[in-house]
Amino acid sequence: MKKRFLSVALAMGLVASAVTACSGGNSNAGSNGKLYVYNWGEYIDEDVIKQFEEETGIDVVYDMFETNEIMYAKLANDTSAYDVVCPSDYMIQKLIENDMVQPLNFDNIPNAKANIGEQYWEKSQDFDPGNLYAVPYCWGTVGILYNKTMVDDVVDSWDILWNEKYSGQILMQDSVRDAYMISLLRNGYSMNTTDPAEVSKATEDLIAQKPLVQAYVIDQVRDKMIGEEAAIGVIYSGEAIYTARENPDLVYVVPKEGTNIWIDSWVITKGSKNVENAEKWIDFMCRGDIALKNFEYITYSTPNTEAQANIEDEDIKNSKVAFPDLDSFPSEAYKYLGADGDKLYSEEWMKVKSAN
Amino acid sequence: MKLFKNRQSAALMALPYILWAVVFIVVPLCMVIFYGITDDNGSFTMSNIATIAESGYFKALVKSVLLAVISTIICFLLAYPLGMILSSMKLKRNTYIVTLFILPMWMNFLLRTLTWMTLLEGKGVINTVLSFFGLPGINIINTSSAIVLGMVYNFLPFMILPIYNSLSKIDDNVINAARDLGAGTVQTFLKITLPLSAPGILSGITMVFIPALTTFAISTMLGGSKILLIGNIIEQQFTQAYNWHLGSGLSIVLMIFIFINMIIESMADKKGGQG
Repeated sequence: MKKRFLSVALAMGLVASAVTACSGGNSNAGSNGKLYVYNWGEYIDEDVIKQFEEETGIDVVYDMFETNEIMYAKLANDTSAYDVVCPSDYMIQKLIENDMVQPLNFDNIPNAKANIGEQYWEKSQDFDPGNLYAVPYCWGTVGILYNKTMVDDVVDSWDILWNEKYSGQILMQDSVRDAYMISLLRNGYSMNTTDPAEVSKATEDLIAQKPLVQAYVIDQVRDKMIGEEAAIGVIYSGEAIYTARENPDLVYVVPKEGTNIWIDSWVITKGSKNVENAEKWIDFMCRGDIALKNFEYITYSTPNTEAQANIEDEDIKNSKVAFPDLDSFPSEAYKYLGADGDKLYSEEWMKVKSAN
Repeated sequence: MKLFKNRQSAALMALPYILWAVVFIVVPLCMVIFYGITDDNGSFTMSNIATIAESGYFKALVKSVLLAVISTIICFLLAYPLGMILSSMKLKRNTYIVTLFILPMWMNFLLRTLTWMTLLEGKGVINTVLSFFGLPGINIINTSSAIVLGMVYNFLPFMILPIYNSLSKIDDNVINAARDLGAGTVQTFLKITLPLSAPGILSGITMVFIPALTTFAISTMLGGSKILLIGNIIEQQFTQAYNWHLGSGLSIVLMIFIFINMIIESMADKKGGQG
């Protein structure tokens, strides 16, 4: 409790000035109140936000985060800071288990059940049993992006990331779960294992791989691959269309050992003060024309069947990269590993990052 | 002091600064210490601070200190001669040159560091130019050297300015007197110029060493996240691992280093004052 008091004391000091500043601005805000949205960076067509504001008269305050963990840290302090948030699968499970999100009233979100494909609801059950809390927004796989002029081996396995021929030409994801997913699957383990022996074997492999890795990056994989700074990179499928457009030599592959299927979904926070507006937002995002607009801008696969059907470019519409056959490779969604699991992974990852 | 008729109004004028210091310095500092010595249940523990002794963390700390020391030495070696040149120049020209050194600081620090990344990359600007002339490329991106380069580049002005300041304050008559009394160039420098500029050197060292020790942005961008510094670990505790207690505990360890640095400085300062 003491801990709370300290934070509150500081927060009050800071907020006092902010409140006075904000209350002045409220008068010229949207006539139907406010909505605080928290989404990934570069994850929406900004015109869509404007369109939403015009159609509903709701004033949107739009903030962005870079990782699920940063998002969590922000919500953990105060779930009422945002009304509607778009985290990934395992993080949604963590939010549900920690009672930080609220069940949705689907009567007010008719577009969700109408437009989102059945298979995505099914996959969502992995982290949101009964589909009570989350509405899918974007989904995809994690795979290997390689430059066909720089790689002459067949790329069909995560093993290529351990091939010494490409020393200094490999870009790894600087995120715990993705790095371990690769190393665990290569050893035939589950990406959601909490067995210390299995995780430790994965750590060993990642340490062995480190000298070959050019850099651990997140968003920069895209630009570095386009600029031919590296030959092989680990990347999200949503970037595949964009990168191939910028540099036709780049090819995206899902390795045969399988991969992570991730689904980023909208949830409404427990402390939300604008639930009605949040429902309107989610419903709006599920509209076919809006989902299509977003897809064309961010190129991350949409679970919206209405939008999928209306994609004009036939190549993209039928693309196995954007809309892969989920049965053609083994796949799993990340699950929340619990506080102890999280701790185990972050300690092991620390060993990888501090190794020479 | 006409402005303040009595002590009361002076105290009133100081209120905003006291408030500022309390809200943005004292309270956060207390929170860091509080988090650092407690665990999730709010009970007292030293384990957060003791974590520094574990191999991964300790290695990162040693590496951070090492890189910070190297950067500080390089900054000093570059800045001191420059400060001497500047202070011996005519006023008009040296303000022009000092402005040149401050000019890059008008641009955001992250952008400048990001630029170095683009410059140093395998197919970056520098290597493209080098290979155009048939010269061998440089390959230091994602290594400790690149991090040191980034630190020196970013923090050099903080070394130049205080040194230049203290050098330009030295009365020419003192130096002339030394020369009159028969001291040579080297002797004058070692016995007069260097000791008199010591306060500038010390504050320059502090202003370079502390940000270099705590940086995480430079090591992430120029080290490709392959080299883990203590600043990176602390940052990750807050943003990724969501372990504020450990992050604060490690910050306290870092603060101890900063305090040591400050104590050395104030001791040296006193000594300089007596001399």
